[in-house]
Amino acid sequence: MTVTALAADTFDPASVVTHDPVVRVEAICKHYGSTEALRNIDLQFERGKLTTLLGPSGCGKTTLLKIIAGLVPATSGQIVVNGRAVTGPGPERAFVFQDFALMPWATVLRNVGFGLELKGMAAAERNRIARRYIEEVGLQGFEDKYPHELSGGMRQRVGIARAFAVNADVLLLDEPFSAVDEQNRRKFQEDLLRLVEMERKTFIFVTHSIEEAVYVSDRIVLLSPRPGRVSNIIDPRIDRTANPDDIRRDPGYLDVVEEIWQGLRHYAE
Amino acid sequence: MSVMSQDVKVVAPAATTGQALRLFAERRRSFWVVLSLLVLFTAWEIAGRVPISFAFPTFLDTLAAFFEMVADGSMIRAFFLTLQPLVLGVAISALLGIALGIVMGLSDRLEWLLAPVFIVLQAAPMAALVPLVTFVYGIGLVAKTLAVIMLALPVIVLNSYKAVRHVNPSLVDMCRSFQGTRRQQIFKIIIPDASPVLFAGLRLGVAAGFIGVMLAELLITPTGIGDLITYHRSVANYAHMYAAVTAIIAASTVTLALLQWFETNVMRPEKRRS
Repeated sequence: MTVTALAADTFDPASVVTHDPVVRVEAICKHYGSTEALRNIDLQFERGKLTTLLGPSGCGKTTLLKIIAGLVPATSGQIVVNGRAVTGPGPERAFVFQDFALMPWATVLRNVGFGLELKGMAAAERNRIARRYIEEVGLQGFEDKYPHELSGGMRQRVGIARAFAVNADVLLLDEPFSAVDEQNRRKFQEDLLRLVEMERKTFIFVTHSIEEAVYVSDRIVLLSPRPGRVSNIIDPRIDRTANPDDIRRDPGYLDVVEEIWQGLRHYAE
Repeated sequence: MSVMSQDVKVVAPAATTGQALRLFAERRRSFWVVLSLLVLFTAWEIAGRVPISFAFPTFLDTLAAFFEMVADGSMIRAFFLTLQPLVLGVAISALLGIALGIVMGLSDRLEWLLAPVFIVLQAAPMAALVPLVTFVYGIGLVAKTLAVIMLALPVIVLNSYKAVRHVNPSLVDMCRSFQGTRRQQIFKIIIPDASPVLFAGLRLGVAAGFIGVMLAELLITPTGIGDLITYHRSVANYAHMYAAVTAIIAASTVTLALLQWFETNVMRPEKRRS
């Protein structure tokens, strides 16, 4: 078996300390027919932290996130959330979709309140909650617009507000900014950090952008492809009290980006 | 915000009627619809005056014949008879067809069971089967309603089924991730998301229903509009015959337009804003 240099030298999953894990991934394997997508994934996600699943395409990061969400069944292994094994979606997890997954026939207000609507909450109550989160993601004044009247960035804000509105402990974000242009992406990352700070929730975030991962994460889980395995776990320890532009120029930040790139570069063609 | 600024329309006071008309033409779709019909009717009028055939009346003669038939009550009686099997047949086809299409879209097994039947029915030249219906059900309302259903149902079923199969899977996942029940998934996500294709199928089905009712009235038993067409042809009253033909075409067009209006205004409100 060929092991990556990075993994062989520095990485031992058992040595990674996780306090108070809210989500535990235990021996998860996933096969699609004869294709092995994920091999024996063991991970713990710490409460109140933002953990990123990062890796090249084909590493199964989105599949793993969807297994955690309960949207895709695992072939073997189990997901434990708040100490209980789960087999499907649950109220303690909320998902933010890469393609936004907004109902085109519903206004921003109804889209944001949709999770609550499904739970049978009365309209007045859910609209009140929806308005609060619409404001929190900076979309006040757009409550009665339809998704096609919004830009890509604004649509994803709707997706994020919808996930916040159901008050789940864990937010699962599947490449939420990949369909958003670069300027908005940066603004988004800063907003996300502000929301992490405000909401005190656990975030599990999938991205293929190294810079994005280092900028927003408390912990980065590097996955290697074919089959997807955990190849390294990195805690960037970036001082987020500094202003965003200073962080992006900080040597510590740049070193972590470089370290991850060295670990992943042999997967690039 | 660029989105907001569109709401403000600057209306310049029109100095002349010419300017007002030009402004109206730029803004309103109805102007172009009327223009399109005017061109068609003018071409018809010219073709009738040439004439391209002694059996081809001018537009104005046809229009006069139409008002004459409305005035003597024959047109209204004919519509009353034609609409019975049509409305009945289309209503049954719409309800049954959409329901069948949706269950076929939701279940693979029901698709395998039912899809071949409807694909064969859609491919079959239904006009050839209409006399068969007469043998079994006679010449009454049942036979004519069946003729409408035979033409309308397959296209509605197959379109509804395709509509459900093409629902955005991401929206279904979204509903599942927020613990929506299967029922909520069907009524809050699948049906609204499928509604554009569902309605496209319904429009095709209604158009096919008009074909069905005309076939029934021309092949099974001459009643309603079909009788008007047959009778006036037999006595060489061509303007009256064309008035009946045009009336049923107009009825079909108006029905389809109403269906479209219902879709954009009731089912998919976001389409009102471009």
